[in-house]
Amino acid sequence: MDIHEYQAKKILSDFGVKIPTGGIVYSPENAENKAREIGGSKWVVKAQVHSGARGKAGGIIVCNSPLEVADATDKLLGKKLVTNQTGPEGKIINRIYIEEATDIKHELYLGLVFDRSSESIMVVASTEGGMSVEEISKEKPETIIRSKIEVAVGIQQFQAREIAFGLGIEPKLISRAANTIIGCYKAFSELDATMVEVNPLVVSHQDEIFALDCKMSFDNNAMFRRDEISELRDKTQENSNEVYASDRGMNYVSLDGNIGNIINGAGLAMASMDMIKLAGGEPANFLDVGGGATPEKIVKAFKLISMDKKVKVILVNIFAGINRCDWVAEGIVQALEKIEISVPLVIRLAGTNVEKGNEILKKSNINYIEASTLEDAANKAVKALGN
Amino acid sequence: MSIIIHKNTKILVQGFTGKIGTFHAEEMIKYGSNIVGGVTPGKGGMSHLNLPVFNTVKEAVELTGASTSILFVPPAFAADSAMEAADAGIKTCVAITDGIPSHDMVKIKRYMRRYSKDKKMGLVGPNCAGIISPGKSMLGIMPGHIYKEGKIGIVSRSGTLGYEAAQQLKDLDIGVSTSVGIGGDPINGSSFRDIIEKFEADDETIAVLMIGEIGGPQEVAAGQFAKENMNKPVIAYIAGLTAPKGRVMGHAGAIVSAYGESAVEKVELLKECGVTISKNPSVMGETVKKVLMEKNIN
Repeated sequence: MDIHEYQAKKILSDFGVKIPTGGIVYSPENAENKAREIGGSKWVVKAQVHSGARGKAGGIIVCNSPLEVADATDKLLGKKLVTNQTGPEGKIINRIYIEEATDIKHELYLGLVFDRSSESIMVVASTEGGMSVEEISKEKPETIIRSKIEVAVGIQQFQAREIAFGLGIEPKLISRAANTIIGCYKAFSELDATMVEVNPLVVSHQDEIFALDCKMSFDNNAMFRRDEISELRDKTQENSNEVYASDRGMNYVSLDGNIGNIINGAGLAMASMDMIKLAGGEPANFLDVGGGATPEKIVKAFKLISMDKKVKVILVNIFAGINRCDWVAEGIVQALEKIEISVPLVIRLAGTNVEKGNEILKKSNINYIEASTLEDAANKAVKALGN
Repeated sequence: MSIIIHKNTKILVQGFTGKIGTFHAEEMIKYGSNIVGGVTPGKGGMSHLNLPVFNTVKEAVELTGASTSILFVPPAFAADSAMEAADAGIKTCVAITDGIPSHDMVKIKRYMRRYSKDKKMGLVGPNCAGIISPGKSMLGIMPGHIYKEGKIGIVSRSGTLGYEAAQQLKDLDIGVSTSVGIGGDPINGSSFRDIIEKFEADDETIAVLMIGEIGGPQEVAAGQFAKENMNKPVIAYIAGLTAPKGRVMGHAGAIVSAYGESAVEKVELLKECGVTISKNPSVMGETVKKVLMEKNIN
C-alpha cells in the first residue's frame, strides 16, 4: 500500500527525520493562509498524488507570495496529473501540500528496501539525489552505496555513519545525517514498510539535513496490525476496478489489452496472460480469483470484468483441484444468470471432473466457446476478437 | 525414493481444529498420509478426526514421534507457530498460510539460524500448495489424484500452475517423484535451489521441472546451482512475460536487483546455465518428454 508524500513525511518526522515546515490544504484560501502561517518569502506548492516525477509533470510549483500560493493551488486542485508513472489517465489531485522552500546545497538519494537475496533490509544511497533511482543506476552506478542491515539487531550507528561519510557529508553534520538514516530504518522496520525512499535528501545552506520528498510503501499482509497505516490509504489514487477487486479479496491488475481474464491462482493467471500474448493478443487484466474459485468468487469476477469497457473477449481458465470442475461450472452458470455478458466468452476447465464440468456448461443456456488446453484457450480468445 | 516426505512420514497438523485445517487434514488422511495428530493451543486432550490434539508442538512431538508438520494457522499467528515447530525438533514444516507479513518471515528465518545444520528445520512455503510424493504421502492442499507416481521432480512457486504441469505430465503418462510448492511470497522458507539440490541427491528422480515467475533472484540462483552441481536435466518455465513492471510507486527495489528479474531475462540467464526452457505453459509436459527422449533417460 502506498501513501502520500505528506503522510510519509509526518511518519518520518515522528522517527526524528527533519522535514521542512509545511501543511496540507484543500482550497486556495486555505493555501494562502497556510503560506502566511508558515512564514518566510518562498513556498513550494506540491500536488499530492501517488506518483513520482511530479515536478516534470507540473505538479510542483515554486511561489514567491501567498497569493501565488493560492493561484498555484487553484490551478492544481481537482486536475489530473499525468506523470511518466501514472499512465495516460493520470491521477486526481485532491490534496495540496504547502511547504517552506529549502535553500539547497546538496541533493542526495536515500532508499530502504527488502533485499530478497540476503533476506535483510538494504539501505541504498547515492550522491546523485533528485534523479530517479533507475537513472542513477544507469548513469552513475559508481555513486551507489549499499549497506545490508542485520534485522535481528537493527541498524548500528557505525553503519549509518559509513553511509553518511560515503555520501560526502561534512564531519560536523555526520551525526545529524546518521540519525536521519537511523530514523528511516526504524520507520521501515517498526511499521511493516516495504519501501522508504527519500529523494532528494538535502543538505541546506543553513547546514540542516531535510527529507525534501518522501515515499513509503507498506506490506498489505501486515495491515491487520497497522490500523494507523491502513487508514492512510487514499482510494482515489488507485484504479477504481482495482479498488473494487481488492475490497472483495481478489488480486486484480488493470492492463492495456482487450482480452479479459478470470483465472484461479497467480501463477496460472500469469501463464494464461503469456499464452494470450504468444497467440497475438493482449490481456486486459490480471485476475486471480484465488485457488478456491468458489461460485461467489466467480460471480464477483464476472461483475468486475464486465465493468471494464476495454474488454472485447472474456477468457475463463480454471484448474479445479479439490473444488471439482462440475462445481466450478455450476458457479459459472449461476454467475451468468445474474450478469449479462455481451462479449464472446471462452471457457477452459481443467482438473478434477473436467468432463462433468464441460457437460454442465454445454447443457446450460450459456453462449460460449469451449477450449481444452491453455494454448487452445488463448488461440480461441484471440480469434474471437475478430468476430 | 522421493524427497522430504515418504510413505511413513509422521505428520502433525498445526491449526488442526480450524475449518481449513480440518478439511485438508481429512483430504490428506484419505490420500494415505500418516497424520498422527494436531496442535491447537487450548484444545489439548481433545480428540479430532479420531486423532489426538495437543497444546504444544513439543508435547505432540514427544508423544507421537512426528517429524513433520503442516501449518494452517492464520497469518497473525503463523510466524509464532513456525518458530514453535522449529524449537520442538520438527524436521520439515510446510506453511500453507497465505498473508504472512514479510517482516515476520525475516524474523522466522533469523530465529532458525540458532540451530545447528543437523537440527535445523526445513521450512517450505508460506503461501504454497505443499508437498506430495505421489502414492506415498501428501502434505498439502493439492488434488492428489492428478499426480501419477513416477520419476520427475517438480518445484513450483504457484500452486495451480504446478497442478497444470502435473496434469500435462500425467496426460503423457509421465509420473512425479515429489512435487514441492515453495510459495509465492518474496521471502520464503525453501528456495528453488534448496529443493533441486534434494532432487539431485534422490535416487528415483531423473529430471526436474522448475516452474518460476518474475521477481526475485531464486530461479537464476537455482540455474547456477544446476550448472555447477547437477547431472540431472532441469526443465523450466518462467511465468509473467506480460506482467507489468514496477507496480509499486517507489523504485528502491529496482536498484538492488533490477537485472535478471523479468521473465525474459530469467529465461536468458537460465538458458546460459544449460536449463531447457518450456517456451510456453502449455508445453511443460511435452518439453519434459522431449528432454527425456533426447537424453535417453527413463
